[in-house]
Amino acid sequence: MTIAYALAYLLAAILFILGLRQLSSPRTARNGNYTAGAGMVIALGATVPQLHFTGAGAIIVLVGVLVGASVGTIGARQVKMTAIPQMVALFNGAGGGAAALVAVSELLTFGSHPPINEALPSVFSIVIGSVSFAGSLVAFAKLQELMTGTPITYPGQQLVNGLIAAAIIGFVIAVLAIASIPFSFLSLMVLALILGVAFVLPIGGADMPVVISLLNAFTGLAVAASGFTLNNFALIVAGTLVGASGSLLTKLMSDAMGRSLRNVLFGAFGQVRTTAGAAAGKQGRSVRTSSIEDLATLLAYSRRVIIVPGYGLAVAQAQHAVRELADLLEKKGVEVDYAIHPVAGRMPGHMNVLLAEANVPYEQLKEMDEINDEFKDADVVLVVGANDVVNPAARTSPGSPIFGMPILNADEAKNIVFLKRSMRPGFAGIDNDLLYDPKTIMLFGDAKDSLTKLVNAVKAA
Amino acid sequence: MTNELLNELTFFVLAVFVGIEVISKVPTMLHTPLMSGTNAIHGIILVGALFIAAGANSPVTVILGFLAVVLATTNVVGGFVVTDRMLEMFKGRQAAAKTPEAEKTK
Repeated sequence: MTIAYALAYLLAAILFILGLRQLSSPRTARNGNYTAGAGMVIALGATVPQLHFTGAGAIIVLVGVLVGASVGTIGARQVKMTAIPQMVALFNGAGGGAAALVAVSELLTFGSHPPINEALPSVFSIVIGSVSFAGSLVAFAKLQELMTGTPITYPGQQLVNGLIAAAIIGFVIAVLAIASIPFSFLSLMVLALILGVAFVLPIGGADMPVVISLLNAFTGLAVAASGFTLNNFALIVAGTLVGASGSLLTKLMSDAMGRSLRNVLFGAFGQVRTTAGAAAGKQGRSVRTSSIEDLATLLAYSRRVIIVPGYGLAVAQAQHAVRELADLLEKKGVEVDYAIHPVAGRMPGHMNVLLAEANVPYEQLKEMDEINDEFKDADVVLVVGANDVVNPAARTSPGSPIFGMPILNADEAKNIVFLKRSMRPGFAGIDNDLLYDPKTIMLFGDAKDSLTKLVNAVKAA
Repeated sequence: MTNELLNELTFFVLAVFVGIEVISKVPTMLHTPLMSGTNAIHGIILVGALFIAAGANSPVTVILGFLAVVLATTNVVGGFVVTDRMLEMFKGRQAAAKTPEAEKTK
């Protein structure tokens, strides 16, 4: 009978691997999620007959599953697409917290001198799971703007964090070598929770996606460690898969932002930003604006238009309006593409999700490397609620905090149109010279509002 | 070192390589859904949570088990549902043309 359970876990592991592969390609991604989900159902189905319920155990499992499933479903269904990153952070934190609690329960059953091969993965799971739990909550709070998104720093911060880490190592040794008593491993848990908060506080809101991805990989490793404690094959394989693929994904994400992971986590971004903010006071320069009608004519008689969507578009819920404009222009024979910067929106791939929500076919969404050589042939680049991703300072001024970040070559187009609320700088807080370029036309106002007006004007043109 | 531990370490090491290999070609546009999908997979901690909760026999283990089951179920259910919500919107040109326009407008 145990062989049957083991085979079921093996099948689940295969489905997880296949699911991940399918999730890596746009055509199969949705099925990939179902494949992984099927693996999960099989793994859980093989677990239930192995359980020996106590009276209280039956009740808490039943109620717990009902509560968790309701919270998860409602949260996932209600969340706005713009708030996806912080929702993923919450779900990830829940997993990390669960891993830590499972490890605590296991240590309680082992007594005060557990064998090292059980105790070591347990303490690992407690520490990593708790860091992931607390860190995810802070990431959520930052993205949800429950607290400031700017980095929180204070003198001696590195030292304090180092001391917390040292204390954690001390308690790990205490649990392993002296005695595994609740005081030791609960202290460990509290310290790891504090470390999770302290670790995310100094990281800015713009970098949260990378942090969430890293914490996601952490939770995977904590789950794998729980697998070692419980001698459970499914937990080891699934947790390790997530730990490994999540680590690679974290690296890919920070690469896409043109930054090293080290720079994101312990980075100078926050400190440089403040000096850049002070240098950004060149307000005297003039910008060019234009009437809606003139802009509509310019667009309608272009051969080629490239749209650069940014987070401002998402905030204004303007993804449907922008698609309407694009469809209209295509009907008039204009070739329209969307240039998607890797970090457009709040995290890599976020803008694709938002535009897909407005039924923009993904073939029209061009990634940066694919479209960057085509800007020079474009008659108009329409920048909607984006700023930093087209800022030439990333190429030209070594002192800028975004220097080195790959950007879209919008400045090479014949005309550049910015739909923006105001002259306020973007998420990175730096001035953009492109706004003052003679080729640039500014159209101030709410993105959705401006686009709707443009649609009507193009219809008339 | 016991045989079982040796087996577990083997699985662990192989899974590291598979995990890296299997997603190495992911395009940027799928980073967010992929992260969300892997997030759902580590919800497998529910298996561990079920083992400890089912056998709970003291007030402390009841509380720990209950919290673990709630958190793990939230992770697994929420993770898969939110990933599906993201991915149902990834449509090709033909599929997008067929769908009625403003169905998702809020």
